[in-house]
Amino acid sequence: MTQDTEKQEFNITVYTENQIGLLNRIAIIFTRRKINIDSLNTSPSEIESIHRFNIVITESEDVVRKLTRQIEKQVEVLKCYYHTNEDVIWQEMALYKVSTDVIAEKVSVERLLRENGARAVVIRKDYTVFETTGHREETDNLISILQPYGLIEFVRSARVAIIKDSDGFNRKLREFERLEPGEDVIENEYLNQGQKVFTM
Amino acid sequence: MEAIQEVLTETKPTETIVEVSGSVALLEALIVEGVDTIFGYPGGAIMPIYDALFDYNDKLNHILVRHEQGGIHAGQGYARTSGKVGVVFATSGPGATNLVTGLADAQIDSTPLVCITGQVFAHLLGTDAFQETDVINITTPVTKWNYQVTDANEIPEVIAKAFYIAKSGRPGPVLIDITKNAQIQLFNYKGYTPCNHIRSYRPKPIVRPQYIQEAAALINQAKKPFILFGQGVILGSAEQEFKTFVEKSGIPAAWTVLGAGAIPTDHPLNVGMLGMHGNYGPNVLTNECDVLIAIGMRFDDRVTGRLDKYAKQAKVVHLDIDPAEIDKNVKSTVPVWGDCKETLPLLTALVDEKQHTEWLAKFNDYTRQEVEQVIEKELNPTTAEMTMGEVIKQLNEITKGEAVIVTDVGQHQMVACRYAQFNNTRSNVTSGGLGTMGFALPAAIGAKFGAQDRTVVAIIGDGGFQMTCQELGTIMQSGIDVKIIILNNRFLGMVRQWQELFNSRRYSFVDIQSPDFVALAAAYRIPGKVIDDRKDLPSALNEMLSNKGSFLLEVMVTKENNVFPMVPQGCSVSEIRLK
Ligand SMILES: Cc1ncc(C[n+]2csc(CCOP(=O)(O)OP(=O)(O)O)c2C)c(N)n1
Repeated sequence: MTQDTEKQEFNITVYTENQIGLLNRIAIIFTRRKINIDSLNTSPSEIESIHRFNIVITESEDVVRKLTRQIEKQVEVLKCYYHTNEDVIWQEMALYKVSTDVIAEKVSVERLLRENGARAVVIRKDYTVFETTGHREETDNLISILQPYGLIEFVRSARVAIIKDSDGFNRKLREFERLEPGEDVIENEYLNQGQKVFTM
Repeated sequence: MEAIQEVLTETKPTETIVEVSGSVALLEALIVEGVDTIFGYPGGAIMPIYDALFDYNDKLNHILVRHEQGGIHAGQGYARTSGKVGVVFATSGPGATNLVTGLADAQIDSTPLVCITGQVFAHLLGTDAFQETDVINITTPVTKWNYQVTDANEIPEVIAKAFYIAKSGRPGPVLIDITKNAQIQLFNYKGYTPCNHIRSYRPKPIVRPQYIQEAAALINQAKKPFILFGQGVILGSAEQEFKTFVEKSGIPAAWTVLGAGAIPTDHPLNVGMLGMHGNYGPNVLTNECDVLIAIGMRFDDRVTGRLDKYAKQAKVVHLDIDPAEIDKNVKSTVPVWGDCKETLPLLTALVDEKQHTEWLAKFNDYTRQEVEQVIEKELNPTTAEMTMGEVIKQLNEITKGEAVIVTDVGQHQMVACRYAQFNNTRSNVTSGGLGTMGFALPAAIGAKFGAQDRTVVAIIGDGGFQMTCQELGTIMQSGIDVKIIILNNRFLGMVRQWQELFNSRRYSFVDIQSPDFVALAAAYRIPGKVIDDRKDLPSALNEMLSNKGSFLLEVMVTKENNVFPMVPQGCSVSEIRLK
């Protein structure tokens, strides 16, 4: 049972109609249970008028499974999946702004870019913006390299994730089969945490 | 006007295009959806709709309530007895926020409602305009769906969606907020098309025959199978299918508060009520059965008590239309997703015809113990003062189980649910999930509109009555016939019971004083009577029931009486206490 109740990062993918207020409806499902969203990305999907959310939370699978069902219950949600980090390819993008003078004077920019898989997005007289993409450690790494040279501004995107084992949403859209049920009768530790089941 | 109206009420889009206001389009939509009664309260931001309503008096019956909370509870009562969608109007700001309790109540009890709120002009949105409230955001967590209309062109489609969402799948409340400009705006109206499909919305999960087979196999092998049924049976109009299933399989069946009445109370396989104040046998035997068949119920904590000690020995078959309910609280062995109107007949076809005589006898043994230790004392008391139970018993005798019983929240609610007799479905109207005091009086008004040829009796505590007693005004003005019984124990009884049992009798602020209820009713021209002697009970009940029109009967009952059995805080259902 530990597998089901141990907390880890989960990537929740939600396909929705493009509708005002839906972000709020989805967010409420997390806040109501006092669950923090680690990362949230939403953007149009490859299908016209359908949006895709990528949500990252750290929770047990048992809780995540229930959350996804609550999300899928929303009228404008077409489909909701959850995956562990092993089941997805994921990336975050980061932008770094540094002073052009400082950076040009003190480092070999070319080497810095090569070693960090980064590229320069903008080079102006007063500042330069680099971009890199990768996992958290990779984007963090470039921060620590640039910090001594006066990093002026840094921003990182939410996580985007592609599901490894996926036939694509187009096919899944037509398939509304449910998850297989658990084999054994097990107790629900999460909901039993409080001894006081009855509250006034 | 008449000619236009004829064109308008066409259900299909017509070639004829007429120019109408958003308000007229809304009312036309309601008529096509079969709405006959609206509960509401006007105000500045919904004035255009009310103005249009003036011309629709012959088709749409508007009931002016005394508070928007009363309006929405009336809508709930109407929906629960009629099986139709309840419709509620309110103005912006304070009008809309007064709906919130009712929305939360309807959401948790799966009651289909369409609430229409007025909103400030679209160009004023977000400016803290007079009576502007962010109604969409306030109501998001307590609605199945909500939407703000800012352009009249959207109205026909949005209202069609609202009705479809409110009543399909697992029903629930929908709120449509319409800005004042959209209500006034003229647009080319092309008729109204009811909605029956939304791309992203799957009201019913696909029924999987494999699970039906697995469920039937489990049930057929079971030595001690046990059925728990909830409101899903009623919401799915599957009472007949359910009865056939129970009778063929011969399995004892117990109900949740909202499932009461889905099969008649005195059906031989109906073994009683589940949960905190439910019956002894069903609670204890939940932890003894080998297969638990849950139908249209959601394992609420008031039903299960401690989950880690709940039916651990049993294999669980769970039939529900809402996939999110399956495995939410109790892990199922076989999930049967689907509308029980469809899944039950499939299951019935595969289950063996059986009688579980010995197993059923165990329930009867527990019933005997409960009768001896609890029920006899409650229904046939020897004390000087009256009990709540004996009032319900007398009421049963006179109404013969044919009345709609609407209850408020507290001890009287549990007593009424335990002892009221229901021969028919849609007869028990109560606030189950939210436990909203003040629910009963307005809900009873709505219940009567939803079931006009039935007797509607509201049973209310002295505390709860004072939360919405202004709805006596609605009764007076609409002339509706609602029988009101106030069970007055001069306490906020249920809280007092908890304080007695768990806080060593520290009766902190539960001693509530009441006005002269009969005089209060009289002020609204509603006849009434107060009794405190047992010998007056039958005649007073008869007088109330035979009175033409509403009647208020106040019955003075024992001050400190407790509802038993009870599953105490933090206990498992098998630890249910008889005293
Ligand atoms: C709106 C609301 N406020 C508070 C409560 C908490 N509460 C539950 S039962 C109860 C006492 C009800 O007293 P009364 O209406 O006199 O009924 P009784 O229990 O005496 O039958 C209270 C205060 C509630 N359920 N709803």
